[in-house]
Amino acid sequence: MVTEELTLNIGPSHPSTHGVCRLLVRLDGEIVTHVEPIIGHLHRGIEKMAENRTYLQVVPLTDRLDYVGSMYANWAYCRAVERLAGIRVPERAEYIRVIVCELQRIASHMMGIGSSAADTGATSAFLYAFAQRDLVIDLFEELCGARLTYNYVRPGGVSFDLPDGWVERCRAFTAQHPKAMLEIDGFFFGNAIARARLKGVGVLDPDAAVAWGVSGPSARGSGVDWDLRRDDPYSVYPRFDFDVPIGSNGDAFDRARVRLWECIESCRIIDQALDQLEPGPIMADGLPRLLAPRPGDAYDHIESARGSLGVYLVSDGSPRPYRMKVRSPAFCNLAVLPLIAVGHTLSDLLVILGSLDPVFGEVDR
Amino acid sequence: MAAIDELAEFLERTPGGGILLTTVDAVMNWARGKSLWTFPMGTACCAMEFIAASFSRFDFDRHGTIPRPDPRHCDVMVVAGTVTRKMMPAVKRIYDQMPEPKWVVAMGNCAVSGGIFYYDTYSVVRGVDEFLPVDVYIAGCPPRPEALQDAILQLRKKIATESISKRRTRPLVSDLALPTDPRKGDLLSAADADEEDEAPATRSVSA
Amino acid sequence: MRIEELRERVCAMYPDLCPLFSIEFGDGAISVPLERVHSAAADLKEMGFDRLGMVTAVDRGEEFEIVYRLQSRDLRAGMFLKALVPRSDPRVPSMCDLWPAANWQEREVYDLFGIVFEGHPDLRRILLPDDWEGHPLRKDYVDERIIPRPDYI
Repeated sequence: MVTEELTLNIGPSHPSTHGVCRLLVRLDGEIVTHVEPIIGHLHRGIEKMAENRTYLQVVPLTDRLDYVGSMYANWAYCRAVERLAGIRVPERAEYIRVIVCELQRIASHMMGIGSSAADTGATSAFLYAFAQRDLVIDLFEELCGARLTYNYVRPGGVSFDLPDGWVERCRAFTAQHPKAMLEIDGFFFGNAIARARLKGVGVLDPDAAVAWGVSGPSARGSGVDWDLRRDDPYSVYPRFDFDVPIGSNGDAFDRARVRLWECIESCRIIDQALDQLEPGPIMADGLPRLLAPRPGDAYDHIESARGSLGVYLVSDGSPRPYRMKVRSPAFCNLAVLPLIAVGHTLSDLLVILGSLDPVFGEVDR
Repeated sequence: MAAIDELAEFLERTPGGGILLTTVDAVMNWARGKSLWTFPMGTACCAMEFIAASFSRFDFDRHGTIPRPDPRHCDVMVVAGTVTRKMMPAVKRIYDQMPEPKWVVAMGNCAVSGGIFYYDTYSVVRGVDEFLPVDVYIAGCPPRPEALQDAILQLRKKIATESISKRRTRPLVSDLALPTDPRKGDLLSAADADEEDEAPATRSVSA
Repeated sequence: MRIEELRERVCAMYPDLCPLFSIEFGDGAISVPLERVHSAAADLKEMGFDRLGMVTAVDRGEEFEIVYRLQSRDLRAGMFLKALVPRSDPRVPSMCDLWPAANWQEREVYDLFGIVFEGHPDLRRILLPDDWEGHPLRKDYVDERIIPRPDYI
């Protein structure tokens, strides 16, 4: 008797692929011998579209890139525009940007942890995480009117000021959030089944992580101690005191746990930012109605929930970008999947894909 | 007395007793409308709102709709998100795998008409109705979860106008090269042209 | 480290790269001729740039400009490495042997611009379907399916 390898196609529409990802898998029994992600099912040509829109009209397009984290996607693009055009953003706007970005990081990690939990079968952890995410989305809806694609951070500042009472509601959220995270930490990460399914699965070596360009919690779970907010600080981050959680084993368990602890650290940053917030203007003064920076190119990056999200803009002096390129962390993180998934079982493959937390709007652009 | 004894007494007292007069259509449409299992064809941002709509806060389950990942269990395909040319054969194939009766809800601006990606793109299908017959359109980018629930209620009203004695034909207008299902022959030709007046698609507008 | 310090370090270690180093918009960039790009990348990697941030291309009419973003954890710096590729013969040596991160990035540039990376282990389309014709991000890409946005401004 002889066994043959089976070629299996997973996706592009599949409940566990976190979006439209197609995986071509070769299996020897249950063990994966080769996996190849085939992406591009959500390639909408955003970079080409940006060449025919003004700098302000590109902001809604950046919302749809990483749709679980529109605030920081807007922010990365606005930082690149501000570097190119030489705009100085007022202090209050910088603080508001930090607050919404950290809230967005919490919302994104709730999606990330929740779907990791759903991959292992723990639907209640998904529901608990989503309850927290809905509270954040309520805050955003009050702030800018939208639940998912905000178009809030604009070149030069932010578009609306904080409404009355928003600061108190935000503090009420950050007061209860760490307890909710510790609750999930207890009943999900302390559960024997979750530990059996996540520990030792999808181990990523830290040197491979750096060489393959992996960033964010996926790299920090392997022990790579690099966080742009602390090591290449931008905006007003140097004024805050926060820790960066690092894993040690590089497996799916550590990556998910790093995300959970990052949420608790984000609450600390939000509280400090709310304390330091002063009244003032929220948009830079004297901005032309049509931004037309001088010819040249600029790159700027931020630490998003998935890693280092960068935007490269080339200007030719006209009000439209000549070229916009988005350096997407989910795209670079996903490239490492064949490296870490070979040798595991088929059910572990989907857990590993979930632990890299890809969002296909950003992978495919 | 036990409840079942009370029911028996009630039925004996009513004129006609234990016989209910209605049409087969009313019963079938009531049963179909109250248990629409959805296939979440979620590609992009709208899929996040679909998930939010089916979770504890907005709770889709109370309308009888359960999101099932298998097309063979489902009645309604909710296309939530942008459909690109690369993804389109997969969507059509999954639609073909759903058993009749089936309906399609186009959720979000991208599924309705291409949305924000209407201009300047080379790879986006401008609206799911280019290759699927859509019953309910939901506008919004993304639509609120309440709009999605409203769409299911509108779909229920549309189902109430249907009849099991007439087959639903769905003429398609498309210039895309679609894969034909080898088991069924050419799906693009309307097989039975006896049904001329099908119920018009309803529009559900989000807040 | 500050960008001027970085320039001094590069000039000290690789004097022939010194005149090619420019500082614009607060960022440093080295524009090398195409023959020198692989060895310049290897030199910079030895200097401490252990991460390849992104690989991209810009259509400059007669030429394509390949742009690499290099980052270093120890030096706490980032900079560009650029090269010009003739449009008639767009071939560039691949960086996959130096940084495996270049693998998917170069496939994307090939897919959208048509630039061939010599030495790449698996150069094929990544974002568009395999049977797509043309390279969309080129400025002269023509597709009758595109509906151009009306000029409102």
